[in-house]
Amino acid sequence: MARLSMVEAINATFHELMAKDDRIVVMGEDVGVDGGVFRATVGLIEEFGPERVIDTPLAESGIIGTAIGMAIYGMRPVAEIQFEGFMFKAFDQVYSHASRMRHRSQGFYGVPLVIRAPYGAGVRALEHHSDAPEALFAHLPGLKVVIPSTPSDAKGLLTSSIEDPDTVIFLEPKRLYRLFREEVPEGEYRVPLGEARLVREGSDVTLITYGGMVSVCERAAQHVATEGVDAEVLDLRTVWPFDVDAIVSSVTKTGRAVIVHEAPRSFGVGAEIAATIGERCLLSLLAPIRRVTGYDVIVPLAKLEEHNYPDSDRVVRAIHETVQFQ
Amino acid sequence: MEVNEFVQVMDPEGNVDDSAIAGISEDEILQMYRLMVFTRLWNAKALSLQRQGRLGTLASVKGQEASNVGMGLALGPGDWFCPSFREYGAMLIRGIKPKDLFAYWGGDERGARPPEGSHVLPVCITVGSHLCHAAGIAWGAKIRKDPIAVLSSSGDGSTSEGDFHESLNFAGVFKLPVVFAIQNNHWAISVPVERQTASKTLAEKACAYGIDMARVDGNDVFAVFLTVKRLLDQARSEFKPALVELVTYRMDDHTTSDDAGRYRKEDILVPWKARDPIDRMRKYLTAKHGWDDKKESDLVAEFAAEVEEAVADYEALPLPDPTDMFNHMYFEEPWNLKEQREEMQKHLVRSER
Repeated sequence: MARLSMVEAINATFHELMAKDDRIVVMGEDVGVDGGVFRATVGLIEEFGPERVIDTPLAESGIIGTAIGMAIYGMRPVAEIQFEGFMFKAFDQVYSHASRMRHRSQGFYGVPLVIRAPYGAGVRALEHHSDAPEALFAHLPGLKVVIPSTPSDAKGLLTSSIEDPDTVIFLEPKRLYRLFREEVPEGEYRVPLGEARLVREGSDVTLITYGGMVSVCERAAQHVATEGVDAEVLDLRTVWPFDVDAIVSSVTKTGRAVIVHEAPRSFGVGAEIAATIGERCLLSLLAPIRRVTGYDVIVPLAKLEEHNYPDSDRVVRAIHETVQFQ
Repeated sequence: MEVNEFVQVMDPEGNVDDSAIAGISEDEILQMYRLMVFTRLWNAKALSLQRQGRLGTLASVKGQEASNVGMGLALGPGDWFCPSFREYGAMLIRGIKPKDLFAYWGGDERGARPPEGSHVLPVCITVGSHLCHAAGIAWGAKIRKDPIAVLSSSGDGSTSEGDFHESLNFAGVFKLPVVFAIQNNHWAISVPVERQTASKTLAEKACAYGIDMARVDGNDVFAVFLTVKRLLDQARSEFKPALVELVTYRMDDHTTSDDAGRYRKEDILVPWKARDPIDRMRKYLTAKHGWDDKKESDLVAEFAAEVEEAVADYEALPLPDPTDMFNHMYFEEPWNLKEQREEMQKHLVRSER
């Protein structure tokens, strides 16, 4: 075991997996010589050479489009989009092809592709560098969307995503890249896709969240614990297809749900979770479901960023409203 | 490069540069003709079925048979082919069954499953986006050191797409074994090629990417075959990507949903009828290979029967099960699709009562 930050864990995962599976190719802007703008791919080009660690031209559709071709051919490409806000140049390739090729070819060709992108706000970045577009990808039939919240999960989920026979959108909360270190298992380590993580057990309210909001929810749970409220925290890890059983069993137990994500509220992942709860455990509910999310706005630049990014105070308030509901 | 410059081996009168085709056997020559005739008959039948409501929307390939067949025959057995949606001739050569082509264009997705070993991608409807896939397949092959080449086919409209630029650029930078064939049929639905670009030719766009180029009479099956084959050989053995423009003409509407009368006059077709790819080869075969009316009518009768058989097979296909739509969404079906599949099954049972 080594104590690693999330970005170090991702880097270590690449070193281990690429040594074992020569089908894995890492490609993207500045991923080679520079080691990625966040250093997630540092050292890979030295170890595996420029044929497998590829500095591409600055062209997102070309990166994803050619990666799709490689995946069809039997490679395991991991394409990095430098920031989540640049993914839309490649959205056609994701929407029209990566998610559809298996169905279009009636099962003959799969696209085992991982598209990684630093994701979300909290680092006072430029426009297009702080967005949370996960719902746009979760809405596309044929895709999986994964967002880790810890270094260990980053390793285990990235491993499962690379081994998955279908396309995975792997969004890495950039605020967490170096926020903390933890013991990360060495060697082969998998976190199965589609399984949520019970971060904290509780009996009064379920906080359903993922990515950068997990630690925010943990803080909120610790705060309300001092008031005698016992909050359960569920980290989805796989945003879609999410762990419906974990959500339903937790909310059935607690009778209250607060969904927390940094992405805009309307038509967001929270809406899908709320609908799922409504369909499956309405009669267990003791209070309306609440959502704590980014507002339906363009992510503000640095001066106002913190006002949009949900903090533990907002989550605490939502918990109060939920447990005090009569 | 000027608009009237291109490689031609067989002129519209059927005169052939014999030295150019010295390497092509008589059997191969006859096979080229047979494939073009079959493609035209299949296409005519498909249009007729569509008009009778027995097939869905179809993009007619009439006039482009030489480009189709030349490309299809130029591919080596291990090579890959990435079509758009007007490549029936090439797809048939890669082993896709006429019945399956009918099935796909008749709205039955089972017809889109490529046969084992065909190395063909399914039809790509969004224009130009599959050029990236061709480059990526070529890239994978290069990394794995597989001695193959990849051929994409798209229309003149595709050269305006961003993915055209990105694909050719990647191919040039990474020296990928890929050939991008552009069937310049002069029309992107209603928009003429002059509106797609201010370049005199489409082939010259290759210069910007540092890749090889060729411009070919796309209605001359010999020129298409020889040029595309040469470029694929170079791609395969020397990692030289290329752009090849096949100058041809769309003789029918864009698709069966289109009415070309809204934007072009019928007389525009006259010079292109005189350049018909099949007529010119028949002239050549008649002059040089003893082709005659009897052989022609025998061939048409043979293929008409084959096409009718494919129609019968297509129409005899049982309807897909409605729950087939859930198949192949993922390698492993997730819970939401399992539930929705069951939901549909229950609904179907109720409807049957």
